Amino acid sequence: MKTQQNNVTSTGRRQFLKASVAASGGLMISFSWPGRAAHHEVKSHSDSATELNAYLLVDTDGSITAMVPNPEFGQNVMTSMPMILAEEMDADWHHITAKQADFMPEEYDRQFTGGSQSMRQGWKPLRTAGAGARTMLVMAAAAKWQVPTSEITVKNSVVSHGSGKSASFAKLAADAALMSLPEEIALKNPENFTVIGQSKTNLTGNKVVTGQPMFGIDYKAEGMLTAGIVHPPAYGTTLETADLDAIKSMPGIVDAFVFDSMEDDYTRNYFDTIGFTHLIAIVGDKTWSVLKAKKALQAKWKAAEASTHKMDRFGSLTDVTVPAGLESTEWHRDQMEKLLDSDLPVLREDGDVAAIFSNTPAERQIERTYFAPYLAHNCMEPMNFFANVTDVGVHVAGPLQAPGFIVGSVAKRVGVPEDKVHIEMTRMGGGFGRRAYSHYLVEAAAISAKVKKPVKLLYTRQDDMTMDVYRPTYMVRFRAALDENNKLTAYQVDGVGVPEHCVAHNRYPAGAVTNYLARGAAVASNISTGAFRAPRSNFMGASEQAFLDEVAEMAGKDPIDFRLALFDKALKDPVGEAYDYDASRYAGVLKEVREKSGWDNMGDDVKRGVAAYYCHNSYAAQVITVTEKGGLPKADKVFSAMDCGIVVNPIAASNMVQGAVIDGVGNAMYGEMTFTDGKPDKDNFDRYRMIRMNEIPASVDVSFVKNTIDPTGLGEPPFPPVFAALANALYQQTGERFYEQPFIHQLEKISKSA
Amino acid sequence: MPTYQIDVNGQSREVEADADTPLLWVLRDDLDLPGTKFGCGIAMCGACTVHLAGNAVRSCSVPVSAVGSNAVTTIEGLSEKGDHPLQIAWVEQDVAQCGYCQTGQIMNAAALLKRNPNPSDEDIDAAMTGNICRCGTYLRIKEAIKTAAKA
Repeated sequence: MKTQQNNVTSTGRRQFLKASVAASGGLMISFSWPGRAAHHEVKSHSDSATELNAYLLVDTDGSITAMVPNPEFGQNVMTSMPMILAEEMDADWHHITAKQADFMPEEYDRQFTGGSQSMRQGWKPLRTAGAGARTMLVMAAAAKWQVPTSEITVKNSVVSHGSGKSASFAKLAADAALMSLPEEIALKNPENFTVIGQSKTNLTGNKVVTGQPMFGIDYKAEGMLTAGIVHPPAYGTTLETADLDAIKSMPGIVDAFVFDSMEDDYTRNYFDTIGFTHLIAIVGDKTWSVLKAKKALQAKWKAAEASTHKMDRFGSLTDVTVPAGLESTEWHRDQMEKLLDSDLPVLREDGDVAAIFSNTPAERQIERTYFAPYLAHNCMEPMNFFANVTDVGVHVAGPLQAPGFIVGSVAKRVGVPEDKVHIEMTRMGGGFGRRAYSHYLVEAAAISAKVKKPVKLLYTRQDDMTMDVYRPTYMVRFRAALDENNKLTAYQVDGVGVPEHCVAHNRYPAGAVTNYLARGAAVASNISTGAFRAPRSNFMGASEQAFLDEVAEMAGKDPIDFRLALFDKALKDPVGEAYDYDASRYAGVLKEVREKSGWDNMGDDVKRGVAAYYCHNSYAAQVITVTEKGGLPKADKVFSAMDCGIVVNPIAASNMVQGAVIDGVGNAMYGEMTFTDGKPDKDNFDRYRMIRMNEIPASVDVSFVKNTIDPTGLGEPPFPPVFAALANALYQQTGERFYEQPFIHQLEKISKSA
Repeated sequence: MPTYQIDVNGQSREVEADADTPLLWVLRDDLDLPGTKFGCGIAMCGACTVHLAGNAVRSCSVPVSAVGSNAVTTIEGLSEKGDHPLQIAWVEQDVAQCGYCQTGQIMNAAALLKRNPNPSDEDIDAAMTGNICRCGTYLRIKEAIKTAAKA
């Protein structure tokens, strides 16, 4: 389970790396680097900048451009990734500027922002790129001064020799670019880090606060038109007729037409999810002309038939059937309840839970069912994309998390080879999983191809909220049994959802309970769903950790002690074939949050809850206290403990955790999308309740378990346990358990009856 | 299409637009001032906040025909060098995550500090509740406003 420090795994096809331990004890990396530098092809981005490798450019004025391969949606890659490069390069941080790289699969691996993987998977390539650039600069100096490289030191962008000779990176860059890298180069020992682990404010901070154009919605091009789409008002319906002539005659409107964003015979990939492929496009000179025309459009809709399309799920080809019908929230609940009562497929079984349940008296057993609704992503920047499709090729620019997942779709749609598609990635006004599904890019390209002009497609908030790839709705039922010593002897989890279930069967408490059963199944649906900050985990963490609070209470144990005992079991006497967590690190965050929150000395009058969860390679635990200040109870103080290995940029890492906590409290309290006859019941922020400043906790204290394990991500892991810590605290405050999200409905009921 | 003469960031600008065109789209499409953001179009999120005659307004819901001679200030005109105390505090405290809502937050906070130079926590809550931050940076927004108030 342990991640070994500096363990070199896969770092990409261009950098074949092999780790070996050098005589000094430091890590050496062997590799061949068939990049430009190795081929002695020096390419300049500006007139004066020299490219040392795909990640680093040094200009004659001393400025260093750090190319960031992963798209930025607020997770801080535009600062944290340059920090890693600067660290290994020994560059002066003040010389660094960050630039978002275009989608260049021939240069970079995994240009994907998702799964909390940017830091984890970028760690080795970025360090190697920084160290490689440093090595080339040292080699250039050594050649110039006729001294061995081993006598050269580098600090703050200056290369020096004991003889007193020194030269800046800027002076050496042109020569350095011609150097061929040796077979082995050293990476730093984490003990010697001077940039990593120090708080660096956002390199883009000034641009943000002065309103500089950075986002897709700000993208402009000569002769650009604005486009909007109109989609069916309800899932399970499709276009019958539309009066497009009336629209075309409106002022400022250039064209209006019906189009398909995907052909019926197109084999979709996993991220080609979209609610509606048969759409109306309205194109105009300005945004307001288009918005008015969208409003004026007269269209008739009809019931859609069931359809089947091919899907390539990471290599395995399947048929996906989208059922017909107008689905409502009540129907979803009813279907999930029926499924829960059925004989669900077994995902994992250790021991014999049925035998334990039948031999344990009822008062030592507990069964609880939890529910969560659909959620809309509601990124603040609505979906949009620029596209210019010409005979020469396709240029698209805008906010997306996963260019590699859409490049094939857009190439196919407009009929060009993939290498003719140039994807420029802008800063994203939020993502949360939504922008991994960038069908709006394909829509923009299809519209541009039709009107033969550059266009920017813009969704309204209503489009964005009613044509989302929603977080699925879920239900889960847990059952547990305790023996006469209050030890957990059996644990069963049955999970269902629309259109996917939520059970990860090798997760905690698998491995920690002798008799364990996990089962799951899903209800088919025509409502489009997709990843939402910590997919599935955001519900499993919420429900499982609330359930365990009740089990601990039944056992008469402190909820932290109860959990720690289970980790102890997983460590010393694990059950079954495998489990996918490190029990000591999991226990570590609980111990950390116990200490930081002062859990053991809080006093009985403090109403509090605790929860911990592991997903996306990092560990999170939270303690939340609630108060009631003239009205409904609300989260007051939050203590969050994380173990994500090395913390690259503490000021940004704590920001991310604070944000995840507030997002968690917000969605636990208010997040909810419902459907009536296929129609989303909310289409804007007047009805879809988002957490606002007056509803946030008074404080969110963030601490990190200190270690030198290679870093893992923070975007998702802090999110799931928030829901449960809050539910457990609300129970202490109100005396009622919270089984249904969002909690606001039950809280308002309690408040009315008080 | 009517023509309007409006005062934006201290300059008189002429725009040709339908009378019902929201100020937001005039700023973004016609005057090339993209710092003011589109979020909801119904004055429920605050991303499009600008100052009109010194007051914070939602530019998505102010038609250009209603601007008249009232001075419009956008984020681009809040300070000459991006050095309004709020802008400085925002950068120093590393408030932003995605950053999309932050110009609206800053404009709203600037209007608050103008009429109430030393706001309490409750004053800040009351003034800022109309501005949604989906990334959840509210705690830092609050701290930055307090820091700027002390500056």
